[in-house]
Amino acid sequence: MPRKSAKPSAKRRKPAAQAGRGRKKAHRNLLLVATRKGAWLFHGDKTRRNWQVDGPHFLGQIIHHFVLDPRDGRTLLAAASTGHLGPTIFRSTDFGRSWTEAKRPPAFAKAANGQQGRTVKRTFWLTPAHANEPNVWYAGTSPQGLFRSEDGGVTWEAFSGLNDDPQYRAWMGSEQDGTPDGPMLHSIIVDPRDPAHLYFAMSSGGVHETTDGGRSWTPMVQGMAVVDGFDAGNLAFHDPHCVRLCPSNPDRLYQQNHCGIYRLDRPSKKWIRIGETMPRRVGDVGFPMVVHPRDDKTAWVLPMDGQTVWPRTSVEGKPCVYGTRNGGKTWRRFDDGFPKNQVWWTVKRQAMTADTQNPVGLYFGTTSGELWMSRNEGGSWTSIARHLPEIYAVEAADIE
Amino acid sequence: MKVLIASPLHSYVKAREVEAAGATLREMLADLDRRFPGIRFRMVDEQGSIRKHMRFFVNGAQVFDVEQALQPSDEVQIVQALSGG
Repeated sequence: MPRKSAKPSAKRRKPAAQAGRGRKKAHRNLLLVATRKGAWLFHGDKTRRNWQVDGPHFLGQIIHHFVLDPRDGRTLLAAASTGHLGPTIFRSTDFGRSWTEAKRPPAFAKAANGQQGRTVKRTFWLTPAHANEPNVWYAGTSPQGLFRSEDGGVTWEAFSGLNDDPQYRAWMGSEQDGTPDGPMLHSIIVDPRDPAHLYFAMSSGGVHETTDGGRSWTPMVQGMAVVDGFDAGNLAFHDPHCVRLCPSNPDRLYQQNHCGIYRLDRPSKKWIRIGETMPRRVGDVGFPMVVHPRDDKTAWVLPMDGQTVWPRTSVEGKPCVYGTRNGGKTWRRFDDGFPKNQVWWTVKRQAMTADTQNPVGLYFGTTSGELWMSRNEGGSWTSIARHLPEIYAVEAADIE
Repeated sequence: MKVLIASPLHSYVKAREVEAAGATLREMLADLDRRFPGIRFRMVDEQGSIRKHMRFFVNGAQVFDVEQALQPSDEVQIVQALSGG
């Protein structure tokens, strides 16, 4: 697949030949923005005040997730589909100057004659594997499937037998049991201390853990609420929206769920609902969950309206981010810099993230195509870009 | 046979039309995939079904089954169906 040339723009990065050797090293911050109509890279300087836009890549293609491999600092994977064509994954090792397509994208096993097989509608989530497993990646799909590549994303195989396990298929439910965008497997997490210790989540289907490299999985939904009137003992009713592990303490996880915000401190297997300390009129519904890179007591959420028919927009039309500095005992509202009224943003589960700078930078993208950032851990916010297509995912990376 | 390629697939074949061989639509698509790796999966899913928004016409008539027989003299059109904005 050839690189899609981008439209010229005063703010666009110069091609490498014009930019000169070493220019790329001047940019330390990289944002990877996946949208319904293509992908963009935003290169930021050390101050994070100046951003150069590089894109669109794959104009017109739906990019579901766009991730830089932190192990080599140069390999990009983009999970793509279009309105017409089936899903695939593109790979670049030169920051998007050229792309190659996966030779075998994630796909379910062909069903036996007379049986109804599943088809991957899209790859929804990409996670690089452990630092000691270069070229290994995990992918989560819609409908729910778990895949692994051991060659940097060129070929993908079903991972662990999960996709055809009768019990897991029951918990996954039918395609009508998922989100409005379809059911999905997401939040694939690799324990930085142990490549065989993984978590993933399913909407719907709950949170799950393996400690033996995928040979066996254990559900981990204790303490998690489900919609009133349904049985929390049935994993099919559990809808974790986003789960994150704290890099500074891999025994602590945070979760934004359809039914609240949670924290889990291992070895406990019981999630503690920490969203009930949010203001009642704001609630604790949302999609993204963001954790601090160095402080396991600090995390952020972006509340969405979960009342009545679930608008899933900024509560009362007043956008805000909430952050905790004490593991969820208390929360602080952050909205300095946001427009104050008649703002009806929706921010998807992959569309909010943090960098590793000090102070931490926070970033999110809206379905209305706005890209926002905070250079001071939520204290104040500024817009990086407007008028992009519907933003599906935002990832931050540091490049040297 | 002559195969007319829909624009979303031009990035694979670098042309609007190509020659391909096969006694059935399935074989013809396999021939295309050998020469243009990845192209088949974007039109036909892992269960062997034509994807929702792809259409195949043989000599102007739509066909729905990848086992459709083809002749060397046939003209196959691969078309993108409406899929929304």
